[in-house]
Amino acid sequence: MSTAMRTPALQLLPWLRLLAAVFGLLLLLWVTDAQAQPVQPVPALSARVIDRSATLNATQLQALEQKLARFEAERGSQIVVLMLPTTAPEDIAAYAHRVADNWKIGRREIGDGILLIVAKDDRRVRIEVARALEGAVPDLAAYQIIDRLITPAFRQNDFDAGVNAGVDALMARIRGEELPLPATTAPANELSIEDLGAFLFIAVPVVGAFLSGILGRKLGAAATGGAAGLVVKLLTGSLLIGLLAGGAALVFVLVLGIGGGGGRGGPGGFHRGGGPVIWGGGRGGGGGGGGGFSSGGGGSFGGGGASGRW
Amino acid sequence: MMLSRLSRLTPAIVILSTTLALSGCGYNDFQRLDEQTKSAWAEVLNQYQRRADLIPNLVETVKGETSFEQETLTRVIEARSRATAIQVSPETLNDPQAMERFQQAQGQLGGALSRLLAVSENYPNLKANQAFQDLRVQLEGTENRVTVARNRYIDSVQQYNVLARSFPTNLTAMIFSYSPKAGFTVVNEAEISTPPKVDFGGAGQSPGKQ
Repeated sequence: MSTAMRTPALQLLPWLRLLAAVFGLLLLLWVTDAQAQPVQPVPALSARVIDRSATLNATQLQALEQKLARFEAERGSQIVVLMLPTTAPEDIAAYAHRVADNWKIGRREIGDGILLIVAKDDRRVRIEVARALEGAVPDLAAYQIIDRLITPAFRQNDFDAGVNAGVDALMARIRGEELPLPATTAPANELSIEDLGAFLFIAVPVVGAFLSGILGRKLGAAATGGAAGLVVKLLTGSLLIGLLAGGAALVFVLVLGIGGGGGRGGPGGFHRGGGPVIWGGGRGGGGGGGGGFSSGGGGSFGGGGASGRW
Repeated sequence: MMLSRLSRLTPAIVILSTTLALSGCGYNDFQRLDEQTKSAWAEVLNQYQRRADLIPNLVETVKGETSFEQETLTRVIEARSRATAIQVSPETLNDPQAMERFQQAQGQLGGALSRLLAVSENYPNLKANQAFQDLRVQLEGTENRVTVARNRYIDSVQQYNVLARSFPTNLTAMIFSYSPKAGFTVVNEAEISTPPKVDFGGAGQSPGKQ
């Protein structure tokens, strides 16, 4: 470029033309590139009703939110409404599936979730149905809900009525399906008696055998008891149950005598075995109570549902 | 006493170390991902089968519309019979050529179908026909499910292939002769890379899929 700068203006002209052509081409490429914009991000699942298009007012939002919360408390199924201006560059089906697959709404063990998504400027609406609910809301039913209840209201610019009618119809369909009702007692985090029993009868002998193999019988039993007590205490949050379980485990290992014989006794510190850690894993799942909302994490979406436009 | 205790533990140690060695070389991962690919493929087949099952009803409904473009209709029928003739079992998943033939046939059927649905927009009688509308919705749903199933399959194949190619698990793949699996490729690559022709004057053209 520096040599071109020094040449006389007449000689510069073809260069300038070339430069202009290159620049124009680059601009064109940039413009076409801008069309291939990155896909819309998946919004954070902060509430049951997420309105990115600023369509519904605060009272409408709250009423809808409460309706969905009541329904979840009653039937357990999770319905989420997402409204946004556009899903471009993806079509609504692709975007809806990406969002649903990311959020995984629906109870963990059942996976019953539905996403109602409205792309306002695209004039597109879609009901994305998790596999577990494809029987309750088949594609045809979803399409009819869209075609007969949602889009007629949307055409009148009455988005609140459209969404509410759609949600009501979806709830009615889910009510007709025989899904397990949400447990009214015992949040998901608490250990059941069966779990504790299984823990005592499966994990304790294994760990007990291992520890008493290494440490000797008495020390191993003490260590197993301590570990079992600690784990149970951590899981249940109750010191009493922890002590009971620890004592039970100690007696269990000592009486059954699975380990090597005649180990040395003596004061033993608490040794935490590796076994119970495995037991601790795999437990989780949010208790959806209180004011907050979180996805059950069980929804598996296979592309079921229907789309419509208005 | 120390020795007897060790000998007592020997089987446990052998089992533990074998497990560790096998999981370290990715053997179990290969099994898991292989199963995952197979089930993902079964889902793809399942959805394609559902699409093929819906077509005869669609053809019957469209036949009621006597003025309907016969060429479009016959193309769907032919593409369907071709597509259902090619079966890909999980065992032939590792055969790239069989996969390509299968994809091509299904791709042609998909193209013929979307053409039929697009053309049907021009027939008010069909648009008003409830049975036809229902079938259209179901077909759209099936196409969506095919897309999702195909994506799942592509993902699992990718995981499998990464495992089969990266060190040290590629050694395991070599020993057990696990070869990378064929994913989905775009059949009509040339067709897609040329921009679509937009004809605002032609009444015959209607917007494709909704």
